[in-house]
Amino acid sequence: MIEIKNLSKSFVTADGTVDALKNITLSIIDGEIYGIIGMSGAGKSTLVRCINMLEKPTQGNILIDGKDMGGLSTKELRAQRRNITMIFQGFNLLMQRNCLKNVLFPLELAGGKGEKAKQKARELLKVVGLADKEKTYPAQLSGGQKQRVAIARALATNPRVLLCDEATSALDPQTTHSILSLIKDINKKLGITVIIITHQMSVVEEICDKVAILDNGEVVESGKVSDIFSSPKSKAAKNLVFPESEQSILPREENEHHIRVVFNGAVATKTPFIASLAKDKGIVASILGASTKSIGDKAYGNMLLGITADETRIKEAIDYLSKFDDIFVEEVE
Amino acid sequence: MFDSETFQNAWEIIKTEIPLAIWETFYVTVLSTFFAIIIGLPLGILIVAGDKGRILKISKPVLRVIDVIINLLRSVPFLILMIVVFPLTRLIVGTVVGTAASVVPLVIAAFPFVARLVESSLREIDPNIIETAQSMGATPFQIIIKVMIPESVPSLISNATIAITTVLGYSAMSGIIGGGGLGKLAINYGYYRYQYLVMFFAVLFLILLVQLFQSLGTFLAKKSDKRLKQN
Repeated sequence: MIEIKNLSKSFVTADGTVDALKNITLSIIDGEIYGIIGMSGAGKSTLVRCINMLEKPTQGNILIDGKDMGGLSTKELRAQRRNITMIFQGFNLLMQRNCLKNVLFPLELAGGKGEKAKQKARELLKVVGLADKEKTYPAQLSGGQKQRVAIARALATNPRVLLCDEATSALDPQTTHSILSLIKDINKKLGITVIIITHQMSVVEEICDKVAILDNGEVVESGKVSDIFSSPKSKAAKNLVFPESEQSILPREENEHHIRVVFNGAVATKTPFIASLAKDKGIVASILGASTKSIGDKAYGNMLLGITADETRIKEAIDYLSKFDDIFVEEVE
Repeated sequence: MFDSETFQNAWEIIKTEIPLAIWETFYVTVLSTFFAIIIGLPLGILIVAGDKGRILKISKPVLRVIDVIINLLRSVPFLILMIVVFPLTRLIVGTVVGTAASVVPLVIAAFPFVARLVESSLREIDPNIIETAQSMGATPFQIIIKVMIPESVPSLISNATIAITTVLGYSAMSGIIGGGGLGKLAINYGYYRYQYLVMFFAVLFLILLVQLFQSLGTFLAKKSDKRLKQN
């Protein structure tokens, strides 16, 4: 269990003090995949660096299994860091070491040597699917392969927590997907708690159980990913979940209302609800924007509808659509 | 311009003295560079590792003193430095003239230069890699030994090559205080006795030595660099 309690971090710069993190409180349960999402400059990286004390918090505590990270001696902190490892956007592999030796690196730091350590490193390369790249140097690998080596390296000391700092931000969508499945796999098989820092909603959507939305150094919303996706409350969350529709893209005509329909696992592929709205209620809607995807026969995502009618008819339409299961409807001002 | 007698004379000198002179220049250069690295490498490491307390906690005044000493020694012209360090040379070698004695001022002149070269090599390392090592619980000593130095080996070799060719140039100057080698040959025969042919050959071999060190250095630097796509 990771508890972040009233964490604040300020930096003193030439232009004065910058409050990067303001009074953050979060709990992350063992075995969870926890996403921390926010725009650039929201303080995500600072937050994750506070967890392993690469940044010393100005105020507040980080408790890991009840133990305060801030209260550890230098030596204890080094030992604890083997328990909370990290992967990065830039991979940060040692360029003059081959893959096997990169994976061996944290073991060497911990005093592990010889055949046993090598055996362990080989196993990990196998886990990440790079058993044949032992002797290859990082310069000869693709971005996705580099991140795989970094993951193997992060697992070498049998950590309980894996911190991912924008780990997929430098990768193309397909590679991102394969790295995320690898992380999910590791989380399941080894029970490692994973904390994912990202600015990509798709990453959170794909693997996180819970998410905290960070805006301007503050947690504005946190909870289950499905809850926040279906009804984001804060402005920052809405911006992230519905990036395109927050400020109305299209000029509205008189009496035109915008209605957002959010699918959260609705069996919508078999329900032509726009057509039935027209048929049953005589209300015609046009699709102004949509970002949905089907997983199995279920739909996830959201759609923005434009309906030109008076208030009562709009209300009727909203009530009608709300009756479908797992569909959430609201009017957008 | 050359009658056959002067030519004969010069050829005699070249044949008898050049091999020894080459050897003297070679060993003075290599030895001085070696000692300069022994002193300069740790200083360069301290400067980078101590910078803003990122890796090692070194007090600011100490770093400042190192910095000033390096700048000071680097600003003194080598010719003057040779004379200024006479007392130290006498203390270490027992005499101030001769080939062995020339090693002392060469080391004094070269180590600050080496320290700066090491500093520039180490600063090339991506700070994220150092942060990564810290995130894995590396001690400052492990960061220096296992990350900073190994990661900058190609650059360190390139810079060592620059150092050795510079020391070679300086060593030629030490002919003035009786340091042996090609420099002495060029000055004594060429300049003082107008044996231009001897001077020409001495300079030619200096050029060849520089070429040799440079080619070897470039080859090793390239070969050691695993960032280049080669096998």
